[in-house]
Amino acid sequence: MKRIIALVATTALVGVASAQTKIVIDGSTTVGPIAKAFAEYTMAAHPEVNISVSESGSGNGAKGLLNGTCDIADMSRSMKDTEFKACADKGIQPVAHVVALDGLPILVHPSNPVKDLTVEQVRKIYLGEITNWKEVGGPDQKIVTISRDTSSGTYETFEEKVMEKGKIREDCEYVGSNGAIRSRVQTTPAAIGYAGLGFVDKTVKALKVNGISPSAETVQSGQYPIARPLFMYTNGYPALGSPLYQFVTIHLSEDGQEMVEDIGFVPVTAY
Amino acid sequence: MTGNTSKSLVMSDAASIRQRIGSWIGQGFLLLATSLSAFAVFFIFYFILKDAIPFFQLEGFKEFFASKRWYPSGHPAEFGALSIFVGTGLVTLGAIVVAVPLGISAAVCLSDLLPFGIRQIVKPVIEILAAIPSVAFGFFALVVFAPLLQRSGGAILATGAWLVLGPILALLVVVGGDLLLEKMRNRIQGKKRYLASVSVFGVLGLGSILFLVFLSRRLGGIEINSGTNALNVSIILGIMALPTIVSVSEDALQAAGRELREGSYALGSTRAETILKAVIPASVSGILAAVILGVMRAIGETMVVWMASGNAARIPDPWYNVLQPIRTLTATIAGDMGEADHVTGSARYHVLFAMAFCLLAFSFLMNLASELIVKRSRKKLGK
Repeated sequence: MKRIIALVATTALVGVASAQTKIVIDGSTTVGPIAKAFAEYTMAAHPEVNISVSESGSGNGAKGLLNGTCDIADMSRSMKDTEFKACADKGIQPVAHVVALDGLPILVHPSNPVKDLTVEQVRKIYLGEITNWKEVGGPDQKIVTISRDTSSGTYETFEEKVMEKGKIREDCEYVGSNGAIRSRVQTTPAAIGYAGLGFVDKTVKALKVNGISPSAETVQSGQYPIARPLFMYTNGYPALGSPLYQFVTIHLSEDGQEMVEDIGFVPVTAY
Repeated sequence: MTGNTSKSLVMSDAASIRQRIGSWIGQGFLLLATSLSAFAVFFIFYFILKDAIPFFQLEGFKEFFASKRWYPSGHPAEFGALSIFVGTGLVTLGAIVVAVPLGISAAVCLSDLLPFGIRQIVKPVIEILAAIPSVAFGFFALVVFAPLLQRSGGAILATGAWLVLGPILALLVVVGGDLLLEKMRNRIQGKKRYLASVSVFGVLGLGSILFLVFLSRRLGGIEINSGTNALNVSIILGIMALPTIVSVSEDALQAAGRELREGSYALGSTRAETILKAVIPASVSGILAAVILGVMRAIGETMVVWMASGNAARIPDPWYNVLQPIRTLTATIAGDMGEADHVTGSARYHVLFAMAFCLLAFSFLMNLASELIVKRSRKKLGK
């Protein structure tokens, strides 16, 4: 019914084309689903607002904001100094809106008996100092490390929270999406990988890290060590009451919290 | 109904001018379209080179071509692409090994063995293989083939050895045994000849079967740790290169002509001799061109390698170990573009263009070579 009303309203509004507002969103594939949910929510309530969401990576989002090709840059990491500087040089003032929190669970195959690793152990596995599961209490099997590609925000968070300047072993495999990580881990008994909290399901096993299992509560409380905020960046704080302002404040509403939870992320609010 | 049929055969001046203008516009448009696609090549060369040169100015040549350390996001970043070049070479070689024998055999079968009616059906079906989007191949490689390799890699390798080496060895035994007997014929007489042939074929046949059993047992014991590796990609790329190789080399075999075949038969050759000694030598340059085109398809493929090669920037140990993950130039360009910010003028951006330029230069050379080979073959066949 809502759809039909929206449709009718849109048709009615086509005549007043000047009332159309367009919001272009680009950036992280992790934040993309949130932006899409928010976009549907907004367009259902305000048919005069037209929102397009693309997912081409955090770096491309920042690039888009810098070049003026998008209004909101979805980013799963905070902007780098160089990006801030490039924006400042162009007179663009990036403002961060933390729309949700995300933990990076460490994933292994369900048949793997290992239940708990420390951040130190995870780092050593990815450095190549631990190469066999039996060194961390598992079966005698060579570890297959899987990582997101180096141009993803997920990778950068992992690099920052786990690797601490250490270089990932040369034979580590790289895949292009969180879904691909899950599919590699669920089919490879000796694999270890990491992905966003929203991508964990029954086909893979999320390990405890430092004794803390990844969940909404442990991420929100800061106990789970590999966690990060997810951002939407706008050029300056949007004019109060504008469609853009309404969009970047949805996550503060009760509906917004529900949407964020539905997608599998941790909301910043607790209604 | 009959109306005005008495139309003058001579065009009026106005109609003549109209037609001439129409013809100019048509020709002009076609010329424009042709030159556009020709200029596109030059523009691509120019723009890639323009962004590739700054990398060499920033980082020099030595690290890029000689170092194996690829850490574009490190601090400081390292841009050693040697292992990536090796990875590209390895999967290309793998694809050749898979696609060339299979493709040429299929082409020979299509052109010289199958009846015309069946050929008319089979060839288009093989050509459909070229129309399958590469992302579908990649998805298959990642979701179906990689887990299969992990679960029963040894069995697959052993079956593969039987499938590939079996027919080859059988052929060798038959042909080799024949040759051997030919040489012995003068010395051995009467009933002994039968015994000799039995023992020759028996020894050769048993030897190759024992070899295959030994090999497949060795291969069967191998456990594949990770299914996204060079072997997986090589096989998939080989399948993707197949339609090109089959189709183009079948055309070349056909072009060898009916006269050649009939001449060969008239001289008393068997079908095998005709194919091996007359038809294939006559169309060897066309087949070579087909192989080069197929190889270029394999080198340039991006989506499959990005999804299924593992993307580990490391030279396998030893270098021919196709059971380890590798990284190729194309996958690196596709995968690293997201963070390679040109606004900040980073080497990380320009290095991708340096890679693109290497790829472009290589495929340009290959294309040139295939062009030359095809030209030579045309001349030879007097066409």
